[in-house]
Amino acid sequence: MTINSGKPILVTEVCLRDGSHVVAHQFTVDQVRNVTRALDDAGMHYIEVSHGDGLGGSTLQYGKSLVDEMTLIEAAVDECESAKVAVLLIPGIGTINELKQASDLGARLVRVATHATEANVSAQHIFKARELGMESLGFLMMAHSVSVEKLVEQAKLMESYGAEAVYVTDSAGALLPHEVRERIKALRNSLDIEVGFHAHNNLSVAVANTLVAIEEGATRIDGSVRCLGAGAGNTQTEVLIAALDRMDINLGIDLYKMMDLAEDIVGPLIPGSQEIRKGSLVLGYAGVYSSFLLHAERAGARFGVDPRDILIELGKMKAVGGQEDMILDVAAELVKKDKVRT
Amino acid sequence: MAKIKAAIIGSGNIGTDLMYKLQNSEVIELIAMIGIEADSDGLQRAKQEGYRVFSNGIQAIVENPSMVDIVFDATSAKAHVHNAKILKELEILAIDLTPAAIGPFFCPAVSSLPTSLDIMNVNMITCGGQATIPIVHAINQVADVTYGEIVATISSLSAGPGTRANIDEFTITTRRGIEEVGGADKGKALIILNPADPPILMRDTVYCEVKNMDEAAIRNSIEEMVIKVNEYVGGYRLRQEPMFEGNCVTVLIEVEGAGDYFPPYAGNLDIMTAAAMRVGEDFARKMLTNNMIETII
Repeated sequence: MTINSGKPILVTEVCLRDGSHVVAHQFTVDQVRNVTRALDDAGMHYIEVSHGDGLGGSTLQYGKSLVDEMTLIEAAVDECESAKVAVLLIPGIGTINELKQASDLGARLVRVATHATEANVSAQHIFKARELGMESLGFLMMAHSVSVEKLVEQAKLMESYGAEAVYVTDSAGALLPHEVRERIKALRNSLDIEVGFHAHNNLSVAVANTLVAIEEGATRIDGSVRCLGAGAGNTQTEVLIAALDRMDINLGIDLYKMMDLAEDIVGPLIPGSQEIRKGSLVLGYAGVYSSFLLHAERAGARFGVDPRDILIELGKMKAVGGQEDMILDVAAELVKKDKVRT
Repeated sequence: MAKIKAAIIGSGNIGTDLMYKLQNSEVIELIAMIGIEADSDGLQRAKQEGYRVFSNGIQAIVENPSMVDIVFDATSAKAHVHNAKILKELEILAIDLTPAAIGPFFCPAVSSLPTSLDIMNVNMITCGGQATIPIVHAINQVADVTYGEIVATISSLSAGPGTRANIDEFTITTRRGIEEVGGADKGKALIILNPADPPILMRDTVYCEVKNMDEAAIRNSIEEMVIKVNEYVGGYRLRQEPMFEGNCVTVLIEVEGAGDYFPPYAGNLDIMTAAAMRVGEDFARKMLTNNMIETII
């Protein structure tokens, strides 16, 4: 494989942010410290720490954090010797106030995330992050749901606001390898800044998709150890490192240390199983935002409906990231329809 | 009957929707529409409707200070900070439809009428605030809300450049509104833009954690409040019965607009402009009464 970029590949480990969904945002300071320390020791480049829905995400809508994310960010910064702490910010949920706080605590990079068609809500945050001296990157979520042309148009907006990279973010884990290829290629051809890729493994192609993205020149890559991320998780970081190593791509991240921390430190944090089960499979199949899974399962139990029906309906309605309240509405509607039928 | 003269500054989605609404007012006479882009859709429409049209922003008021007594500002939070100073100096009442939050907050279903005309700047909070604060207030009256959280989801097409450039101001001002007008001890606001085609109706979700859970009282209070809001926004309704779990109440709302400028899906524009018009008319009636008294004296 030839790599279509001269820049080094930089990995962001997202298990302490995307994985926050899996543990219903109950990470403790000790857990964050232990995971961060081990990742830093293994040579990880960036470690993302925030509520699953980004800064300010601790809400009834998404789930309250057990520990204030600022406390967790501070702890992670304290554990890092070479790795940098990253944060996620979704405009409409978090604000510049939280960004400043995170920056003051030592967060060095922010991904400003919007739905794939709404890049222009990110201008003030991308700009402010640059002003704060942070690396400021754009994150176009639900990238499967729009045309390649639309994605390019929106990425260019983020570039114009000062973003130093734009990610193709496959929030639903719905993209197939050829779709990743055309998106990364188009962005590489149209942007002067770096291109990134964030996957979810709901269709079991996250590592394959990431290799395609790297081949096409993506240099900002996300992964989660043991797939500790929403739905079936993300690109499994230690697996990606091993695959890249086989391809003679050395990222300066120690494979054995990654394997060990995956087994001994991250593994015990996983409450159930991150294998692809019917719920997460439906996410990828129907193109639904991965963090809806646990909420749909809870609503399914509360209203007595199949969570898959809820997720399929949300896919049809083109629900976007953050619309967890729609899950209750859809579940209540399904119950009404059920009553009419019987 | 005499009417109070008014202008709209900001010819975007909200300003244009308000223009059509004010055509039906019995106490306010719209004189002028002020924008910054001569060929904007809003200014073109204002011209067609026979209003004076300016494309030099607040300067239009500076040059014609006695043209109006009320200015509805539908620009952006940043622009309003500038406009507010000028309007204050000229002693023109500003009804602020941006989230600049300079003047006191008004939500017609909840706030009492202004008792004096000394207030020269009133703020309409945000569309999400106008849609959810009445419900927070209704719950707070009977159950004491310790934490109120709202999620406003609007169609992408109905969110203009001003809203998009000021999304932080939206969430912060809405949160303040939930606390200061809604009565929650602590508030939080989220806004989501949804690009689905055909566009979705404005949806709002209110979560309240309460001290004194009383399901029946809360249900009644919410029902009464919906009727109150319906006095000025006909398309305001509950999507589901209020849901209860532990100390938390969840209320799902849908707002269908009157379709004055944007189609009915843009309930967010409608609830904002309907509320602003109502507050503007309250002030106009007071001004007319004062004028009458002065004439008699």
